[in-house]
Amino acid sequence: MTMADEEFRAGLLAAMQRALPGVERIDGLRRLSAGATLQTWSFDAVAPDRTWPLILRRSPGGLRAARTLSLPDEAALVRALRAAGAPVAEVVYTVQPEDALGDGFVMIRIPGETIPRKILRDAEFDSVRGALVGQLARAAAKIHATDPATVPADLRVAGPRGMVDEFRGRYEAYGVPRPVLELAFRWLDDHLPAEPARPHLVHGDFRHGNVIVGPGDGLRAVLDWEIAHLGDPVEDLAWLCLPPWRFGNLDLPAGGLGTREALVQAYEAAAGTQVDPARLRFWEMMGSMRWAVGCAGMLEWFRSGRDRTVERAMIARRVSESEMDLMRLICGSA
Amino acid sequence: MLDQPNPDEVLEVVAQMLREQFAPQLPGSAAFHARVAANAIDLVRRQIAAGERLEQASLARLRALLGHDGDADALERELCERIRDRSLDASTPGLLDHLMASTLAKMSIDQPAYASYRRALKEHPGLDPN
Repeated sequence: MTMADEEFRAGLLAAMQRALPGVERIDGLRRLSAGATLQTWSFDAVAPDRTWPLILRRSPGGLRAARTLSLPDEAALVRALRAAGAPVAEVVYTVQPEDALGDGFVMIRIPGETIPRKILRDAEFDSVRGALVGQLARAAAKIHATDPATVPADLRVAGPRGMVDEFRGRYEAYGVPRPVLELAFRWLDDHLPAEPARPHLVHGDFRHGNVIVGPGDGLRAVLDWEIAHLGDPVEDLAWLCLPPWRFGNLDLPAGGLGTREALVQAYEAAAGTQVDPARLRFWEMMGSMRWAVGCAGMLEWFRSGRDRTVERAMIARRVSESEMDLMRLICGSA
Repeated sequence: MLDQPNPDEVLEVVAQMLREQFAPQLPGSAAFHARVAANAIDLVRRQIAAGERLEQASLARLRALLGHDGDADALERELCERIRDRSLDASTPGLLDHLMASTLAKMSIDQPAYASYRRALKEHPGLDPN
């Protein structure tokens, strides 16, 4: 271990000793994600009479992309959601300045699977797959029903108009002409729904990969709240239906698990509101636009040296998959 | 003048080595990156094989659609401006076909296994880039 590793480990132990009673050591410390600005670590905090399985989300320098929630704000949001009864992890500690660990928070580690292809294909999930669409719909309804006033975090407001404008601005800043995106922006302008009567809490990245699923019981927790915002709840339902998250099950739009109708029916029953199909369609188009512009932005990350990796280069070449999905929506075949 | 094996043959075995020899022996995240690298090499092979032909076909469609000559980049920018100012739209003859054909051409290089692409090929058999 390097000096920095030793300091980090010692700092984490000291923080856990302040956070949890009787902690004597930390075991099994390992890094789960390799992101430069956001790290995820898994470890156990061990006391003589019990062990806490834990996850640390940490940003060493405290620097994050401008659109994302700070980690202390994310921790506050997850705590508020748990108090409201939403399926989220239990946050046990928010990293303090005196911990010298940067920004971060610690939550109870939840066992289960997040890898989409395993959830969609492996036999051990056969029995829960049928129930998952309903569970996701009810989780979404719970999230959207959470009173924003109870969330002690600085959440940005982004409804239909704001989202179109934001991504048009990002696309234009890249300076690469993309006729399919131009046509899709005209479509979005022409099909812009009314702003929601009041802004709801929206997860913003509600899809496979960000949910933990257990083999016996299905949905256990919704993760990764960093782009949560206040806006239109239908955005989350549409994002779950984006073709790239169907993993080959093209005719089962709801995460490759079920139909749009099944998702919407379960959501309407749980939320007590109606979902306008035209609004859902707008947000599916907006979702594919968001994914297209996000991937298009990776060219700059790659070329500038910010992340000059094969993986980044390949993500930059994924703009076309969203252009494919946008074209199918425009032609009315998706 | 240049000798054999040709680039495609060399790249084919590099991808094969990454996927079949390296990935199974590497720990989780390194194995993942080895497979990503193999996929990247396959993408480059497809572009070497078909890229020039697909670019030329796109240029011919752009010239027909806009009614004048020009280089690909300038015509692409003009097309964007005309969609933006609505002088061309989805009802313009040839516009949707051109954009669909260009998108199918990109996908045939970038991600030919993507489910939406496979479906779109069936929906638009006349625009198949292959």
